[in-house]
Amino acid sequence: MADDYVIEMLHITKEFPGIKANDDITLQLRRGEIHALLGENGAGKSTLMSVLFGLYQAESGEIKKNGQTVKINDPNDANRLGIGMVHQHFKLVECFTVLDNIILGVEDTKNGFLQYDEARKKVMALSEKYGLKVDPDALVSDISVGMQQRVEILKMLYRDNEILIFDEPTAVLTPQEIDELMQIMRGFKEEGKSILFITHKLSEIMAVADRCTVLRKGCYEGTVDVASTTKEELSKMMVGRDVEFTVTKRSVERGETILSVRDLVVASKAHDNNAVKKVSFNVHGGEIVCIAGIEGNGQTELVYGLTGLEPVKEGSITLCGMDITNAPVRQRNISGMSHIPEDRHKHGLILDYTLEQNLVLQRYFEQQFQDHGFINSGEVRKYANKLIDSFDVRSGQGPVTVARSMSGGNQQKAIIAREIDREPQLLVAVQPTRGLDVGAIEYIHRRLVEERDAGRAVLLVSLELEEVMSLSDRILVMYEGELVGEFDNTVSTDELGLYMAGAKRMEVKA
Amino acid sequence: MKKNNQMLVGIISSVISIAVGLLFGFILLLILNPAKAGMGMGTMLTTAFSNMDQFGKMFYQAAPLLMCGLSVGFAFKTGLFNIGASGQYTIGAFFALFGAIGLQLPWWACLLLSCVGGAIWGIFPGLFKALFNVNEVITSIMFNWIGMYLVNLLLANMPFMLSAYYGVGTTDRTAALSDANPSAIIPTGGLNHIFGNSSWINISMFIAVAVAILMWVILDKTIFGYELKACGFNKEASRYAGINANRNIVLSMIIAGALSGLGGGIYYLAGTIQYVLEKSILSMGFDGIPVALLANSHPIGTIFSALFISYIKVGGSAMQPNFSSETINIIISVIIYLAAFALLTKIIIAKFLQKSDKKEVKA
Ligand SMILES: Nc1ncnc2c1ncn2[C@@H]1O[C@H](COP(=O)(O)OP(=O)(O)OP(=O)(O)O)[C@@H](O)[C@H]1O
Ligand SMILES: [Mg+2]
Repeated sequence: MADDYVIEMLHITKEFPGIKANDDITLQLRRGEIHALLGENGAGKSTLMSVLFGLYQAESGEIKKNGQTVKINDPNDANRLGIGMVHQHFKLVECFTVLDNIILGVEDTKNGFLQYDEARKKVMALSEKYGLKVDPDALVSDISVGMQQRVEILKMLYRDNEILIFDEPTAVLTPQEIDELMQIMRGFKEEGKSILFITHKLSEIMAVADRCTVLRKGCYEGTVDVASTTKEELSKMMVGRDVEFTVTKRSVERGETILSVRDLVVASKAHDNNAVKKVSFNVHGGEIVCIAGIEGNGQTELVYGLTGLEPVKEGSITLCGMDITNAPVRQRNISGMSHIPEDRHKHGLILDYTLEQNLVLQRYFEQQFQDHGFINSGEVRKYANKLIDSFDVRSGQGPVTVARSMSGGNQQKAIIAREIDREPQLLVAVQPTRGLDVGAIEYIHRRLVEERDAGRAVLLVSLELEEVMSLSDRILVMYEGELVGEFDNTVSTDELGLYMAGAKRMEVKA
Repeated sequence: MKKNNQMLVGIISSVISIAVGLLFGFILLLILNPAKAGMGMGTMLTTAFSNMDQFGKMFYQAAPLLMCGLSVGFAFKTGLFNIGASGQYTIGAFFALFGAIGLQLPWWACLLLSCVGGAIWGIFPGLFKALFNVNEVITSIMFNWIGMYLVNLLLANMPFMLSAYYGVGTTDRTAALSDANPSAIIPTGGLNHIFGNSSWINISMFIAVAVAILMWVILDKTIFGYELKACGFNKEASRYAGINANRNIVLSMIIAGALSGLGGGIYYLAGTIQYVLEKSILSMGFDGIPVALLANSHPIGTIFSALFISYIKVGGSAMQPNFSSETINIIISVIIYLAAFALLTKIIIAKFLQKSDKKEVKA
């Protein structure tokens, strides 16, 4: 027997209303390999993994473990078979501690009392062994996304899982955390654990994966050895055409000042210090300005202050000559501000609303969409279809799909479509391409550049240096709540890194 | 097609929950009073249909229940738990009666007043929530008590409101409308002829159903409803969208209050009952909670759940001489309680359907 498969998913078919999410898909996972799963947004990756994890039941097909056919009816079955999963959108209990979350469902009890000591020891030992630093007594609602993910990983390890599913683990991580995660995954592999790894970042696949299975629109495209392929080939397999990785930008005249921020101070929720300290800068029409920095240096609060989600403590914000420092969100929206938020589930979408309802989230009251207080459902439908077409938002039932059931990337595309289509004077885009496939990223980048070419202002907040370098006309580096560097896009990433780490700084004046 | 399916699952699960509730009620009856259990259950289930009078009574009671159910359900949709329906109902009843007896207004003006009264009582929990982030459950419970004692206090100091003033010697209840102001009694609209001269029936059920339809339109078809539901589903995203969540919380509580208040008005303006100064909170408002739950807060569904609960209650009160009122109340509560498990049953049925679907595919 040449191939030692630990898991085989054979001819899996899974249908949702209006769509075949998985259509006769076969995936074979070798023991001790890192197997990447690649495909466009909505190709069916998360669905396939959820079938393996027992969250969905396939209509047809079979699953084998070690050559034996198994039936996985729910996550408990999966757990018994040693299968664990880190979900695309984490599933932790926010008001529980880290330790509680890890042992939830497999608690040791004695006379009805929880046995914490043993559990704590085991968790700490695991965390030590794999370098997964967590604070076991912190509340999940208080810890960073990176740590939440470590908690999810510890959950799998605590259950002694040996088949580990990672659904887009890197989408929410900082570049440093991504490196650490790759290291951890290699460690798992050395121990003989088998890993299924979903990502849209081809460089990550090239870096850690042994083989890669590609899905397209719910169908199986093929499985390749990573060693003998290239990024270009993979992306072609996935989207069916060549993908441009570089953004072409023509030079445009810098226009008038659209956004002007002076001595802005925003309080922090986490500590007594201010998160944003006396920040001043301008954004002009026809330019993309990027705020670069390591996560947690005040970018989030800066955006909240600008968009009105948090009150501003001091300073002023002027949009197109109008003082909006204390204006409510609605007024900012009407005055020409769009916002692609960092957290699509918290702010970006009402998950229980349909796609079309979400697409008019800031516009439902406009003349076009209402008729004496009644929703003009015909217009809403027409508008939604237009956005869905032009931004290629894929879902089971089009405009009436409930947002919750859409794939993560398509949720993101819906938000971007909504925000760009409002033709804002200023587009505040926070991690806009998070969770998008390479084809979609290419398209969104092109749209952002088009916005700029049309003389609008774009303020981009991104942790991905590659994106920062290829899109921005001007880069502002944020460190500990202050702007510590200003560059044009010819600066080297190494130089940028020094400023981001706080090793160097310069005076930044607006 | 999927929507139809979901509707079906919703209806099936409600029916199953009701059946389970009835079964448990019967078992309980067997335990409490085995000899008369069969007869008792029979009375409970058949009374409402035994004669036109009782049939009319079912509608008469369903109307205020429906209003309270709408009130609780409407607040639910906005993400609020209006446990204060009872207080709003009481204040609404007082406003209506004051309009009828004190101001000698016609019935429709009294009903409008009852809405105003309920709305006023809904504002407070709404404002406290919006301005100080005080949980609306706590405030509305307190306002239930405040409302009840306030009404008692006011009535005790308004001798012209009481039945003693009209020469019917009691000071513990308001005057009968037939003595004080017959024009304040909600008209029967000729229904009494159809319902065999039932003393209970009037047009209040039509009013309540019309309001239910209105609520459905508001929630599903208007931009106001869009905003309210958005706040209920995801408050943060509503803020992001520029929706004024605080304003909507207050408005939602005002509307919920007005609905309960109207319930109070409808009930006491029927002319068949007088408001009795009591020391316990009226249960009608609380009954609104299972009415809303049973219907999954859907305004149209609420019509049917209100009718069901009224039906059980009418049957229950007919069991009176044979069973103690405590026993009856326990049985009714058990039935309502289990019926409110509709949601749980829904999940189970959905799973079941999914499995049988799969089998069909395989076959
Ligand atoms: N619970 C569900 N109900 C209905 N449709 C669903 C459900 N889950 C997924 N779908 C649909 O199935 C398709 C595949 O979704 P899936 O989440 O598997 O995509 P994905 O490959 O993980 O995409 P992404 O990269 O965007 O995360 C999508 O069109 C989605 O709308
Ligand atoms: Mg996915």
